[in-house]
Amino acid sequence: MPDLAERGMAVGLRALNRLASNPLIDRFGLRDSAERVLHEASKATVRTATRAGRTFAATQKLSKPARQPRVGRSDLFDLTPDDEQQMLRESVRDFALAKLRPAAEAADEACAAPQELLGQANELGLTMVGVPEELGGAVAERSAVTTVLMSEALAQGDMGIALACLAPAAVSTALSLWGDADQQATYLPEFVGENVPAAALAVLEPRPLFNPFDLKTRARRVEGGFVLDGVKSLVPRASDAELFIVAAALDNSSQPGLFVVEPGGTGLSVEPEPAMGVRAAATGRLILENVKLPSGALLGDPDAFAECVQLARLGWCALAVGTAQAVLDYVVPYVNERTAFGEPISSRQSVAFTVANIAIELDGMRLATYRAASRVDQGMPFAREVAVARRLCAERGAAIGSDGVQLLGGHGYVKEHPVERWYRDLRAAGVVEGGLLV
Amino acid sequence: MINLETPRKFEFLVSQAHQVATEIFRPNSRKYDQAEHSYPKELDMLAAVIDGMNEGGALSGAGAGSVGGNGASNGAKADRDGNRNGSNMASLLGLIELSWGDVGLLLTMPRQGLGQAAIAAVANEEQLKRFGGKWAAMAITEPEAGSDSAAIRTTARFDSETNEYVLNGEKIFVTSGDRAELIVVWATLDRDAGRAAIKSFVVERDNPGLKLDRLEHKLGIRASDTANFVLDDCRVPAANLLGSPEIEPKRGFSGVMQTFDNTRPLVAGMAIGVARACLERTRELLSEAGVEIDYDAPPFTQSAAASEFIAMESDWEAARLLTLQAAWMADNKKPNSLQASMAKAKAGRTGTDIALRCVALCGSIGYAEGDLLEKWARDVKILDLFEGTQQIQLLIVARALLGKTSSELK
Repeated sequence: MPDLAERGMAVGLRALNRLASNPLIDRFGLRDSAERVLHEASKATVRTATRAGRTFAATQKLSKPARQPRVGRSDLFDLTPDDEQQMLRESVRDFALAKLRPAAEAADEACAAPQELLGQANELGLTMVGVPEELGGAVAERSAVTTVLMSEALAQGDMGIALACLAPAAVSTALSLWGDADQQATYLPEFVGENVPAAALAVLEPRPLFNPFDLKTRARRVEGGFVLDGVKSLVPRASDAELFIVAAALDNSSQPGLFVVEPGGTGLSVEPEPAMGVRAAATGRLILENVKLPSGALLGDPDAFAECVQLARLGWCALAVGTAQAVLDYVVPYVNERTAFGEPISSRQSVAFTVANIAIELDGMRLATYRAASRVDQGMPFAREVAVARRLCAERGAAIGSDGVQLLGGHGYVKEHPVERWYRDLRAAGVVEGGLLV
Repeated sequence: MINLETPRKFEFLVSQAHQVATEIFRPNSRKYDQAEHSYPKELDMLAAVIDGMNEGGALSGAGAGSVGGNGASNGAKADRDGNRNGSNMASLLGLIELSWGDVGLLLTMPRQGLGQAAIAAVANEEQLKRFGGKWAAMAITEPEAGSDSAAIRTTARFDSETNEYVLNGEKIFVTSGDRAELIVVWATLDRDAGRAAIKSFVVERDNPGLKLDRLEHKLGIRASDTANFVLDDCRVPAANLLGSPEIEPKRGFSGVMQTFDNTRPLVAGMAIGVARACLERTRELLSEAGVEIDYDAPPFTQSAAASEFIAMESDWEAARLLTLQAAWMADNKKPNSLQASMAKAKAGRTGTDIALRCVALCGSIGYAEGDLLEKWARDVKILDLFEGTQQIQLLIVARALLGKTSSELK
């Protein structure tokens, strides 16, 4: 029980807080600038109905769903990507460093990725990699490795914008992997066309100890379809999305499933949910209240859900690897150029060893991620390998983000350098579920 | 095509090494941990069997001595992209299995000492013929010079009358020094000439000038003898100098150091083998205690023990893959000094970390001598020390990343 003085202080602080958040203060010009207020308002929790997007309709019927074939087992240990993967990785990395990196700070601040960049990213074919060739896809065989390499390269530019770019690809890959003939015919043509829709895979829910295999979002089976209720958290591009795939537990069982949800209908709303990092992805909450879905909305079987969670985690690993690489590439010249006590700070073991450990842990994260992805492609079990990669990327990735700031000292804490953003972004890899899919 | 699985062609080798580890190493583990300095005679028969199999290739890649040696022909056929999985990877995979059995016994396998790696790296044809296939130990460390091997004080004076080198000095921490047939001794031709003057000399174990001072009593790997020697006017034929007798400031030392690019991943592999033994045993005990490990559930929704186990497994996997990467690069003739040291640093510290955490997780079963967990936790520490300590590996990695010389980053 706090004593009177403590309670008094708490009441006083509460009053101070109320005063500080009073809009009148702003009206009388007591805060710095109108620009700042406008900016804050854009991030406030204003709940809006989801925007009705384009109409998805099948232009031709499929007799059966199309799937990308597997590459089959490989006999030799090999760390060299094939020619196509190298080409894709290099073009994406060039784009990321030339376009994403310079736009990253403003996009982080605005909680939005520039439309122009999102359009250019679509031209790289991100949403086509996971789509079967007969449906307009870009790659002959199922290749989680290719998506991992492209995601990693994109995140070397900026993790938040990378997430915004990759969010629609998660949906097109999910439809390709688990969609039935109707779902594929209805939705996939838009994802391989000129004007790729914003779309998002919504799995995470707002509560501590969230477990994707124990969902609070519920789907009830009703006459002619399903009714969904629940809240999804940190959904990338939630306000713009023209299509969602939503994870929900079916019929009050603990059996989770995936549902294709078109926005614009009743009961579906979004509110901005800006977070510590990956702000450029315009994360938001998706609120489902008595949302009615047709019977064809259920995507895949129960095994598909577990696979979906694992492949999403692998996507986050890829982003963490790319971002951690950005940290390493940034701190090396910095510690070599920054002098203190008459010599470069990199001449001190405590600094030099921190850099060495960033490189060692980063390489471990990368190899574990590649191994898991390669097992996906070869049709081998990958649950354990994904768990191991995620643990490394979550913990070592966040530590690399922290070391990046630490090596720059106070300079690392201010926005003049990108390391403070990477510190915030890297935490996401251990927090978010869904959003991506490799 | 990116693939990080164990190559199928080495599965037979791995299973044979695993059998040796299970049938011969494990049953003798505790015996020679307790009977330090007594010779594990069980290994003689094993060594004879391995010698017999050498041509067949199955276990030839499994010993440290085969580095750059006779394991090299083991299925090193490249696939259509020119990718090779050869002797470095074969040796590594074999060593991981044997170390899973017992790393102390592995280190004292007859004719498998690291000295053969040094001989293979710099010996000429005639020397290879004379010394090849013998049990060779390495004598580098001195009381005043450990990692700083450029500072060694043992001298080699050329006696032109007898065409011999005369060695004088003191060598410590010589693994298998008592049991080996040959000792490769590092000595300087000129103390003032720095690294370029350091040469390696092959000394027969029965040379009267090579005097055994004592055998160490150690924290772990007690099955393996660790000898200290005094070299007292120890005379060796001039033909026993490995490499060039000239003091060449540009070369010389770097050749000797490059041996480490091949041997460091192997020592990393030993740590990976011991750590895997710890993880497997701990998992058995945890499972008997009712702890379930769920790879799909987030760490915080599981028991602390299960979460800890997955965290250990993650670091183990990172260490293992870094090590495979270094061996794969060596097989494909890619320069791998950086990756070899990264692997050694990660595996060395991860091995110790995992072993100590497993002891804690298993409580008194882990700590008492009734089980092997406490032994593995003592054994594994050496792997973060020899072949370059953790700190030396970090120095090498940091210098490579930051583009610094050893005088710029000390």
